[in-house]
Amino acid sequence: MKTARQNLTNPTSEALKRRLRACLPADCIIEDTESQRPYECDALTIYRDLPLAVVLPETVAQVQQVLQICDALNVPVVARGAGTGLCAGAMPHPEGVLLVLTKLDRILEIDPLARTARVQPGVSNLSISEAAARHGLYYAPDPSSQIACSIGGNVSENSGGVHCLKYGLTVHNILAMTVLTVQGEALTIGSLGLDSPGYDLMALFTGSEGLLGIVTEVTVRLLPAPEIARVVMAGFDSIDAAGDAVGAVIAAGIIPAGLEMMDRLAVQAAEDFAHAGYPRDAAAILLCEMDGTREEVAQHVEEVTALFKQLGATSLTVSQDEAHRALLWKGRKSAFPAVGRIAPDYYCMDGTIPRGQVTYVLNEIYRLSEHYGLPVANVFHAGDGNLHPLILFDASDPQQVRKAESFGGDILDLSVRVGGCLTGEHGVGVEKLRKMPSQFSGQELAQFEDIKYAFDPALNLNPGKGIPILKRCQEYRALPARHQHD
Amino acid sequence: MTEQRTSTDSDQSEAIIAALQDARERQAPVYISAGGTKRNLVGRQCNAAELDVSAHRGIVDYQPQELVITARAGTPLTEIAAILAGHQQRLPFEPPLFGGRATLGGTLACNLSGPARPWSGSIRDMVLGVQMINGKCERLTFGGKVMKNVAGYDVSRLQAGALGTLGVLTEISLKVLPQPQKALSLCFAMTADEAVQTMNQRAAEPKPLSGAFWVDGQLYLRLSGAANAVDSTARQWGGESVEDDNALWEALREMALPFFAGDAPLWRFSVQSSARVATDFGETLIDWGGAQRWLRGEHSREQLDRFANDAGGHASLFRGGDRNSEVRPPLGKVERRLQQQLKHSFDPDGILNPGRLYSWL
Repeated sequence: MKTARQNLTNPTSEALKRRLRACLPADCIIEDTESQRPYECDALTIYRDLPLAVVLPETVAQVQQVLQICDALNVPVVARGAGTGLCAGAMPHPEGVLLVLTKLDRILEIDPLARTARVQPGVSNLSISEAAARHGLYYAPDPSSQIACSIGGNVSENSGGVHCLKYGLTVHNILAMTVLTVQGEALTIGSLGLDSPGYDLMALFTGSEGLLGIVTEVTVRLLPAPEIARVVMAGFDSIDAAGDAVGAVIAAGIIPAGLEMMDRLAVQAAEDFAHAGYPRDAAAILLCEMDGTREEVAQHVEEVTALFKQLGATSLTVSQDEAHRALLWKGRKSAFPAVGRIAPDYYCMDGTIPRGQVTYVLNEIYRLSEHYGLPVANVFHAGDGNLHPLILFDASDPQQVRKAESFGGDILDLSVRVGGCLTGEHGVGVEKLRKMPSQFSGQELAQFEDIKYAFDPALNLNPGKGIPILKRCQEYRALPARHQHD
Repeated sequence: MTEQRTSTDSDQSEAIIAALQDARERQAPVYISAGGTKRNLVGRQCNAAELDVSAHRGIVDYQPQELVITARAGTPLTEIAAILAGHQQRLPFEPPLFGGRATLGGTLACNLSGPARPWSGSIRDMVLGVQMINGKCERLTFGGKVMKNVAGYDVSRLQAGALGTLGVLTEISLKVLPQPQKALSLCFAMTADEAVQTMNQRAAEPKPLSGAFWVDGQLYLRLSGAANAVDSTARQWGGESVEDDNALWEALREMALPFFAGDAPLWRFSVQSSARVATDFGETLIDWGGAQRWLRGEHSREQLDRFANDAGGHASLFRGGDRNSEVRPPLGKVERRLQQQLKHSFDPDGILNPGRLYSWL
């Protein structure tokens, strides 16, 4: 999927580079192919390309100038944060500029009384919580990549994590943003209050995958760190029993801080990697975390433990202290790299399904796994229905790549068919673009397209990602055909 | 679906589409109404012909274990609250019911949420999916019935506060939550400044706070959640316990407290929770832990805007006053252009609630 550079002598490309050099320090532009390699893909590495230039501005004013130059020359702009995305949303455009925002990495202000933090887009998710910790506060959304992933990227993908059922997604935890339009005009959206006077552009921009504007500052909400959190781990001898136990917790009126399920292959890989004490013989395990005041956590741990016993748990472990809790989570949080050790490559899917369908869906996935001859390990945010099947394959074998893609596509179709959706938190990017018609009608896709035109009439912001462009394909700056994997 | 359908249930979406097609052909805009409780609230006066969608009602699906309910937009909130209560669940955003006539669609369109909003989220936060008919008379579905969904733009949440100017909402899916095991309220005598400080300090503690408002020299704090957590927090925080506190929070939610009585213009401030208290505008009521504040009487729009701006938010004329002029603050040039283009993308002929949000939308 890599290709030779095109348009190297294209006059627009030369004019672009000349003007970029005039507004950015030399060490903020990368033009040569070898130095650009680290930026050719995000964490979904099967989709790669190289841009005309990679730029790493150090100030918002420089970002603005880059956008103005690209607008004047009608050149595509792809924004990139830490590059931890999983849908090729930050894959460079071969005729465009890759706008890397990692140098805008300052926490500008923490207001402990109002419980907010004002940060630049390149700040890592975890560093916000670390900076807020001395005030007893934290930023709730915690994607597995939280050590590395940037808040700007979290906003663009509406990232989740393992605590979404109780604490919501990025969209529920941010108040205001400064964004630049494709023409480089600055705009403040949202407010320090809990709503704003016109249309809710915070809702529209969050999860818009860099298609509507460039985020240059974010004000996030901080929450008081809970007094205590404890996790109950239960093993079950069937997927059905584990699925029933998930429903039973919710039916008991308990909203756990996190409720995760892993199936046998995922449990075994994670245990070999993290030595967290997971029961290797279980068909599935649940990790159920309760947080809050000491009294309520004690009560909920007792209730959940009793429920799991009653529903046939084959093993039960309750975290005894913070170190033990961290160890139990370590297995889950390192599930992706752990699975990465048992196969040359893995392909992570992200459909969301109604919780009640989990048994049916997992059994269908096992059937597909046999059909394609590719093993699959399942990690499931059971509390909010977000499924992450990890398809194991070898990327050096083109046949296996094609099979993995078809298998993944079947899983997405299955998620939509049972009343779910294509993507819970990873985004559409390039990866799921051709699957969009399975969830949306032509009229719905056309409405997305009209929204895109309202913000970016020349279609220069992250073209070829997020939403398929149907109507004006003649003039549309689609990605070259090599990125279409039919 | 676990419950019996009621005799009033009816799918009127075809009739709504036909009415909009007619409006579009005749270039005769419509004003969308159902319960009629917010006609003189929230937005500007809309002088278009009324499109009554109240007959489009009924609960379509409710899965208690999924924490999701789906209902037609004309369904009264009381009907939804009743079915949820049967499974010890509730609408977490505690919306005003306005005498039982408030509907789900109107509540989402106006983005109205009650005292629990800062802690449990707004209706905007709870909406998972919508079915709507845009100004091109197309029936569109966005989002879904699952908690996490990032395919395409978040058009569902965009409807919150859009006052029906982007489409006629026909069906809405919401996240619901279990009812708390216990709730109680505490009362403290203090000034408005002290109350704002206290509300924010208490909200920074990891305790089951679920409401904080101040009026007439009294701060009221509500705790709800697991019984033992509520009781132990109440012991630590002290204050006087409030008898029949449900009635008090209901009166606040329904704007039935004496503060809200009478015809004087009612101004709403949505500001940073810790913002200083405005002293030069007369009596105030402070809700949402400091983030929503109310004011009565005639005031200069510019002065209020200046204060709200300094406080990190905005002021709007919520009820009364001149509803033919703008009731919300002016927007900057770029934002105004984007908002107009966004409106145009849904309703190119401007047939849906023209002027309800802004005169120019």
